[in-house]
Formats: sequence, C-alpha cells, structure tokens
Amino acid sequence: MEEDRKARINRLKWHCRRALLELDLVFDRFWERYESDLDAQGEAALEQLLELEDHELWALVSGREATDDPRLQEMIERLREVSPAADF
Amino acid sequence: MNYTVRKFDAVIVGAGGAGLRAAIQLSEAGYKTAVLTKVFPTRSHTVAAQGGVAASLGNSEDDHWHWHMYDTVKGSDWLGDQDAIEFMCRKANEVVVELEHYGMPFDRLDNGKIYQRPFGGHMSNFGEKPVRRSCAAADRTGHAMLHAMYQRNVKVNTQFFVEWQALDLVRDAEGDVLGVTAMDMETGEVVVFHAKATIFATGGAGRIFYSSTNAFINTGDGLGMAARAGIPLEDMEFWQFHPTGVAGAGVLITEGVRGEGGILRNSAGERFMERYAPNAKDLASRDVVSRAMTTEINEGRGCGPNKDFVLLDITHLPPETIMKRLPGIHEIGIQFAGVDCLKEPLPVVPTAHYQMGGIPTNYAGQVVVPKDGAPAVPVPGFYAAGECACASVHGANRLGTNSLLDLLVFGKSAGETAVGDLKGNAKAHKPLPQEAIDKTLARLGRLDSQKDGASVHDTRLEMQRAMQKHAGVFRFKNLLAEGVSRIHEIAGKVAATEIKDKSKVFNTARIEALELDNLIEVAKATMVSANARTESRGAHVRDDAPDTPETPDGRDDKNWLKHSLWYREGNRLDYKPVHMQPLSVDPIELKKRAY
Repeated sequence: MEEDRKARINRLKWHCRRALLELDLVFDRFWERYESDLDAQGEAALEQLLELEDHELWALVSGREATDDPRLQEMIERLREVSPAADF
Repeated sequence: MNYTVRKFDAVIVGAGGAGLRAAIQLSEAGYKTAVLTKVFPTRSHTVAAQGGVAASLGNSEDDHWHWHMYDTVKGSDWLGDQDAIEFMCRKANEVVVELEHYGMPFDRLDNGKIYQRPFGGHMSNFGEKPVRRSCAAADRTGHAMLHAMYQRNVKVNTQFFVEWQALDLVRDAEGDVLGVTAMDMETGEVVVFHAKATIFATGGAGRIFYSSTNAFINTGDGLGMAARAGIPLEDMEFWQFHPTGVAGAGVLITEGVRGEGGILRNSAGERFMERYAPNAKDLASRDVVSRAMTTEINEGRGCGPNKDFVLLDITHLPPETIMKRLPGIHEIGIQFAGVDCLKEPLPVVPTAHYQMGGIPTNYAGQVVVPKDGAPAVPVPGFYAAGECACASVHGANRLGTNSLLDLLVFGKSAGETAVGDLKGNAKAHKPLPQEAIDKTLARLGRLDSQKDGASVHDTRLEMQRAMQKHAGVFRFKNLLAEGVSRIHEIAGKVAATEIKDKSKVFNTARIEALELDNLIEVAKATMVSANARTESRGAHVRDDAPDTPETPDGRDDKNWLKHSLWYREGNRLDYKPVHMQPLSVDPIELKKRAY
C-alpha cells in the first residue's frame, strides 16, 4: 500500500511540472508542506486541477477566477496559502 | 540493466513548438515518427510565450521581409548568420499562414486579416520607425500555437511518447546519429529509439541560473546529450536577461509596468536610471536597464538584508490605474514577493530569460560541426530546431517575437530536410553501436549505486548561484576567471550525485539528477565561452572591454566577429566565422548598434 501511495504521489509530483514558472513555484512549496498529509480526497482534487491547462490553473490559483466546486476550492486555497511569498 | 529497441524512421525529442512543427512535416510525408516528451505537449514552455510571432505580412501598413531581416541582423549585434536570418524572415509569412490553416485563432482586423501589433526592435524601412509585425492570439499566442499543432499531429498519426525522459544520443564510430536512449518515467524501462533521423527540439536551459523566468522543465536536456556525444555547443555566452524578474522567484514583471510610470529605486530611494539614461530613464532598452541595476547592486546600493535586489516602485500611481492597466501584477507581487504593490515597491533583479546559443545548425536544420578543416559539416542523421539550436538567427541578442518564428521556420525546415534525407536513404537502419548504449546504462548504474554523494538539490543550487554570480547580466574579468574554476569544481559534485529513492515508477529524484547532468554541461559551456570572449556584444557585456572608436561599446569586430564552439571533451574552445553573406541580397554592413 505504502509503495502504491509513493508511486501515486510521485506521479502527481511530476504532473506538477508545468509550462509556467508561477505554477512550478507554487507546487514546489505545496509539496514541501503537504506531502506527508495529503489524503485520498486531496489527491483526487489535485489530480483534477492538474488536468487543467496552465493558464486556467494559474487564473484559479492567483484568484482571478473562481470555481464553484468546494473540493477544488479547498485545494486552491491550500495552494494559495503556500505561495512562495511566505519566505520573504 | 535490460533495455529494448524500437525502430522508427524519425525520432523527435521535445514536443514544444519546434518539435511539433517538425513532426507535422515527417508524419505528413508518411514517415513513422516518434515524439518523446517529458511533459504533455501542451505543457511545454512554448505556452509561456505571449508576445506573438513576427511576420512581415503588412496587414496594417507596408512591411517587407528585408526590413525584418535588417532588424534581426542589427538586433543580433551582427553575430547572427545572415543567410539563416534571410531564410527565416522570408519564410515567416508562409509558416504563419500554414499555422492559420491548422486552426490557430489569431486576433483579426475588421477586414478579417490577421491583426498585427508593434514590438521592440521591429521597424519599417531599415530602422526608420516602428512597424506592426507581431501576429498574436491575445496573450496566449504560444499556448494557442501548441494546441493547433498538436491537433494537426494527432490527425497525421504522429506517435507521442509522453512522460519519457531522453537520456543520451546514440552515435556510431563514424559519427552518424542513430537515435536516442530514453526512459519511460512510468516504469523506469530503458528503450533505444533506433531511427534514421533524430531531431532535437528540447528547448533552452534557463534553469542554469538562480534567477530565471524559465519553468523548471527548461534543463537543456538536448544540449547536455549533444555535448556528451562530442557535439560542440555554439555561442553559449549569450543569454538574454529581462530587467524585472521578482527577486528570489524569477517571475516576470512585464515592461508595461515601467511603461505606466513605474520607477526603479536603489537602497537610498534614488531613481538611479536618471544617471544611466537621462532621457529614456526607466524605459531605456532591456540591456541598458539590466546593466544599470546590476551596477547598483554590485556597488552596494542594492536593497534587502543581502543588498541583492532593487525596487520597482508604483506606489505613486493611482490604484485604479494599476488594477485596470496592469492586471496580474498586484497578484504576482502578493504571491511571489509578499508585497502589496499598491503600498510598497516590488523587489526585482535582472533575470535570465532566453538562450541565444545552442546546438550548431544551418538554416536547413542540420546539426553542423567542424570537420577536416571545414567549419560546418552536417552530422548525418542529426537535426535540431528552436531554443536548443543555434542557426544562428539571434546572434548576440534576440528580438521579441522572433523566438516563436524561429521554432516554426526551423522546426519545419529540420522536418523537411529529414524527409529529403529519408527519401534518399531507403536502406535499412545502420547497426546500433553497443558502446553508446552502454554509456547510458553506466550513467544510470552509477546513479543507482552512488554512496556518500552530493545532494541533487544542493548541487543544483550551488551551480545556479555560481552562474548568477560569475556569469550574470554584467560580467567582470576576475569573476569570470574564478567562475571557470568554480563551475568545474561543481561539475565534480554533479558527477557524484546520490539519490536516496531508487524506485522505478515516476522517480522524480532520478529525473532531477539526470536533468542536472544536462544543466551542468550548459553551465560549463556558458562560463568557459564567456570568460574567453574578451569583448562586449549584445547580451554579453564585460567591464574590461574598452569603448574606443575601433571597439564601439566594447564590440571588437576585428577579433571577435566569430561564433564560439565549446567542446565538452577537454573543455576546449574553437571558433567559426559568422556568415555575413545572405542568400539573395547584399550583406547588411557592420555598424554600431544604436536605437
């Protein structure tokens, strides 16, 4: 089971390699903070978000656009709260 | 370690703009074509290109490819090859119209023609006044382009291998290229893609720098593979820096912010651009602003605890102007600098943006190397296009909107040349050299068995900081010389990196170690070439290059009007002449670059 989870997480991590630096930076911090406690529901929400095109995803993460799906919204809020600005 | 072999007519590495364009050419001609890509094609870095693609369509006012050619030669500070530049500018209309036919949703004029907007450095009538030459699809040009070309490829049955990491070029004893080795990230399986034509379209290596606008995927994989296979890298000292990347993050802040009245300030709050460019001030050209910022930082007038950035101040502008005219900037400030730019200035630094050099090619997209006294002999079976290649059309400095044009023209050209070569080569595939495959297996084996090695993350960071310090936007003789020893020291650590996770399925640690193997080759090429070139030209600016009548602004045509070629083996430099003779028109004569 643990092996399965590791493989799933690794796959998700690779899918976080995006075309836009903005998103790479956000996901980098996300994994640092949430890797150990990402549950199945979180994994599913993240997977769904990663299917989006980069510009659509950045519009959600940067708050320019919103989603009416509460599961996705929860994940977007996590992504927003770990934005790299936390280090400055 | 086991491996399997798969045969194709052509293998293309990279599925950004150049790779997709090359693939269309081969698949349409009926050749069995594999495209390997480490991310899904529409997530390639081409997505980030917003400005548009240059073509002298003349839809809004008179324009001509010859004027575009003049601008590109001048922009390149005369280091661009004039035959390749003529070829690109003349082909521009054709590739843009083709793209339109693939379904690219260009912005339109009322009369239905493609809308064109002006862009820096693009002028009419040989430098007279700005011209509308850029064709765009809102601010999503790169993204729309990838979608249109991906759909076209699906239609013509290109076979995509998504989430595959290319590992090494397969070259036999005669120097012919016979494909690549690659790893399926999903399983860790190693496959040799045995091909008669191999096209690299792997993009740039902007991640060699600490401060870069490039996405994490831009690790110069094709350049590293080429260098390890004995192919030299051309003009790697030339990197374009954008003046305003967010300090620490690299995220680009558009020039529009200064256009709307944004001011750069040093630690004393001084508007320092008044000293460097009394007329244009903060709106002077990219290289002038970047150099001024670097001088302020180097002379101790930077801001923050490490005095390593300057401030971009827009707090004097009405908030409604910022929110209306500069959407996104407020959000970027908050997300990446923790700064509300309506109330506080943004920390910014000149940030690496585009790689002008690359794998040496000619305008037919063939990879060319010096051989038997000739400076540019094609390597049989090997082609390259886009940012990973050096045709050389950008020379020492690229003009905006010429990068998307480059990948369309030379992606197509590489594909066309490969089709021609395949037609003339009906013979079976040449036998695979075991030795080349063994090199890949040894590299993977070393990584799996390494004990007490360096961390990939820490070593990469060390390399990025060294590149930023020693070969950044403004270069100093002593720092460059120290940089050469420093980068070789770091290369020693790269050769002994260790990964803790040895799993097979999507092992991102392994991929990052393999990417670092590629980055370090680009870093060495950049540092060594920059140290040797003792002039200033385009994006390569040294403090010790004197401004004299013979060497205006430090440019030394007598000694340095030539392309650098860096070889990995022996860390050796060679040079080859710039092609000053265009294909059909008179050469654009050397003169001082002034705007």
